[in-house]
Amino acid sequence: MSQKQLRIALRNCGVINPEKIEDYLARDGYQALGTVLTTLSPEAAIEIIKKSGLRGRGGGGFSTGLKWEITRKVKADQKYVVCNADEGDPGAFMDRSVLEGDPHSVIEAMAINAYCTGANKGLVYIRAEYPMAIDRLLTALKHAKEYGFLGENILGTDFDFDIEIRYGAGAFVCGEETALIHSMEGLRGEPTVKPPFPSESGYQGKPTNVNNVETYANIPVIINKGWEWFSRIGTEKSKGTKVFALAGKINNVGLIEVPMGTTLREVIYDIGGGMQDGAEFKAVQTGGPSGGCLTTKHLDTPIDYDNLLEAGSMMGSGGMIVMDSNNCMVSIAKFYLEFTVEESCGKCSPCRIGNKRLYELLEKITQGNGTMEDLDKLRNLSSVIKDTSLCGLGQTSPNPVLSTMENFYEEYLEHVTFKKCRSSICKSLMTYIVDEEKCIGCTLCARNCPVNAITGERKQAHYIDPEKCIKCGACMEKCKFSAIFTN
Amino acid sequence: MAKIKLSEKKKQELKEVCKSFNNEKSELINVLHKAQGIFGYLPAEVQESIAQELNLSIAHVYGVVTFYSFFTMVPKGEHPISICLGTACYVRGAEKVLEEFKRVLKVQVGETTPDGKFSLSCLRCVGACGLAPVVMVGEKVYGRVSPEGVKEIVAEYNS
Repeated sequence: MSQKQLRIALRNCGVINPEKIEDYLARDGYQALGTVLTTLSPEAAIEIIKKSGLRGRGGGGFSTGLKWEITRKVKADQKYVVCNADEGDPGAFMDRSVLEGDPHSVIEAMAINAYCTGANKGLVYIRAEYPMAIDRLLTALKHAKEYGFLGENILGTDFDFDIEIRYGAGAFVCGEETALIHSMEGLRGEPTVKPPFPSESGYQGKPTNVNNVETYANIPVIINKGWEWFSRIGTEKSKGTKVFALAGKINNVGLIEVPMGTTLREVIYDIGGGMQDGAEFKAVQTGGPSGGCLTTKHLDTPIDYDNLLEAGSMMGSGGMIVMDSNNCMVSIAKFYLEFTVEESCGKCSPCRIGNKRLYELLEKITQGNGTMEDLDKLRNLSSVIKDTSLCGLGQTSPNPVLSTMENFYEEYLEHVTFKKCRSSICKSLMTYIVDEEKCIGCTLCARNCPVNAITGERKQAHYIDPEKCIKCGACMEKCKFSAIFTN
Repeated sequence: MAKIKLSEKKKQELKEVCKSFNNEKSELINVLHKAQGIFGYLPAEVQESIAQELNLSIAHVYGVVTFYSFFTMVPKGEHPISICLGTACYVRGAEKVLEEFKRVLKVQVGETTPDGKFSLSCLRCVGACGLAPVVMVGEKVYGRVSPEGVKEIVAEYNS
C-alpha cells in the first residue's frame, strides 16, 4: 500500500508524538521559520512559494504564492492570516489528521505566512466537531509560545505573531472564504460577492490571507528542501502531492498521499487493494458535493487539478468515494443534492430554490414518476444554478447531477422510461415476486409481512400483492428457499 | 417555545461566560458554544440573556443559533445517538441503519424519546470513514454498524 505514496503534508503524522514539541523539533521543526526570519526578505520567501507551484489544497487550486503576494501588496495597519480547518466535505478528513498528528507544522507555516504577508495575528477556524484536533492544537500553541516560536520578537527578530482559535458550528458553507470570515466575526456564515477578495478586505475589513490546513502543512518542507525539489514532483501545472481520503467499496480505506499525476487505477488497485469482495468498479466520486463522478474511462487519467475539471469533477478537498454496481447513480446524485439543499445558506435564490427544485426532480425520477422532459429540466436548471449562484457552493452544487447524467445517462433513461433501477436501490421501482418453482408454501413470509400483502395456501406457492407491498424486504430476508426475488 | 425559568445560579454563570469574552459582539459564536456546554441546549431564555449581555438584538442571536447545525434549541436525550450520513457511510448502507433506529426507538430524526433517554440525529462525517457506517452514542463511536446490530446498541444503554 505504501509503495506509490509520497508523504509531504502527512510526513509527521503517526511518526511523532503530536503533543511533544521536541519530537517536531527533532524532525527539522521550526527550521523553516528560522530560515525565513533570519535569512530571507518576505518578498524572497513569497518568490520561493510561487516558484514551487503550490496550489491551494482546499479545492480551488489557486496559486498559494500569488495569494500571499496579493495580500503582501495591500497596504493596511493590520492584516490577518487564517487557517481554514472547517472540513465540512463529507468523506474527507485530511485536515483533521494533520491537526491531530502534526499541529506544529500548521503553526510554523502560519507564522511564515504572517511574516511574508505582513500580518501579526493568526486565526484558526476549526470545526467544533473535532474535539481532539482542538485539544492538540491548543497544546501545540502553548508549547510554541513557551519555546518562543509565537509571541513577541520571535527568534530574536522584531517579528511578532500570535494565533487564536475560532470555532465553527457546523455549516458547510463556512468553508467558503467570505462565509468563514463572517462566521469568525460572530455572524451567520453567509458568503459575500468577490471582489473585494479577503486579501483586500477580510476579517474586520482588514486584508486577510486564508489558506487550508493541508496547504499550510506543505510550506515548511518547501522552504527546507527548496522549490526546485518540490516542483519536480507532480505534473506540469499541479505540483507536489495530494492527500486523498479513500473510502467506499474498496479493500484498503483511509488517508493516502500520492504525487499529483498518479492515475485512478494506481490509487484504487495498487494502493486501495482493489474492489471489495471482487466487485466490479463502477465509479469514483471526487470533490464531495461540488465534484463529480469518474468512471472506468478515466481510470488511466493522471489526477491533477486540471484533468479532474476537464473530466467534469474537481479536486475538492480530496474525498474519494469508490462505488460498485450496487450503487445507483441517480440516488447518489440525489444524496448530494439533499446535502446541498440542507447546507445552502439561503442568501441567493438560484442556490436556495434551484437546488431544492433539482432535488425534487431527482426524487420524482427515483420514485418512478420521471419523464423525458424532467431530464431536460435537470440539465437546464443545473446550468442556470451554476451560472448565477453567488458563491462556490451553488456554482458547483449541480456537478454531481451533471456528471452522473454525462457518464450514466442510460441509468437515468432506465429510471424514466422503463421505471427500473438496475442497482435495486430505488425502492419505489422494485417489485418483490415469488418464484413459484422454488416456493414450498411454508407461510413464513406471509407471517412476517408487516402489511399482510402475502397470501397463499399452506404448501402452495404464495403471491405478493404489489398494491399492498411496502417493499420492506422482510419476506426476502426470511425466506429459507431464496424463493423471493426483485426485478 | 415553552417558557422555562433559569435559576439565578445558572444566570450568573452565563453572565460570567459573556464577561470572559469581554461582552464582545464578535465572540457570539464562542459564547453560544460555552452556553450550550452549560445548559445542554439553547432555549429562548438563554438566547435572550446573551443578547442582553452582548448588546445584540434577540433576532440576531436567534438568527445565528438557527443558522448553525451544531446549536440546538431542544434538549438532547441522556444518550444522544447520531448516525453519520456522510458519503462513505451512505454508500455502505447508513440509511438502513437510520431506518432501524427510527423503528426501534419510535422517534424521528431530531426527536427525543418520551423518557428522555435517547435522541436521534444525523451528522455529516465524523472522519472515521474507514469504519463506515458509523454511529455515535454520546462520545462513543460504533463502527461497521448493521441494521441487525441496532437493537444491541440500544440495549447497552437500556439496562
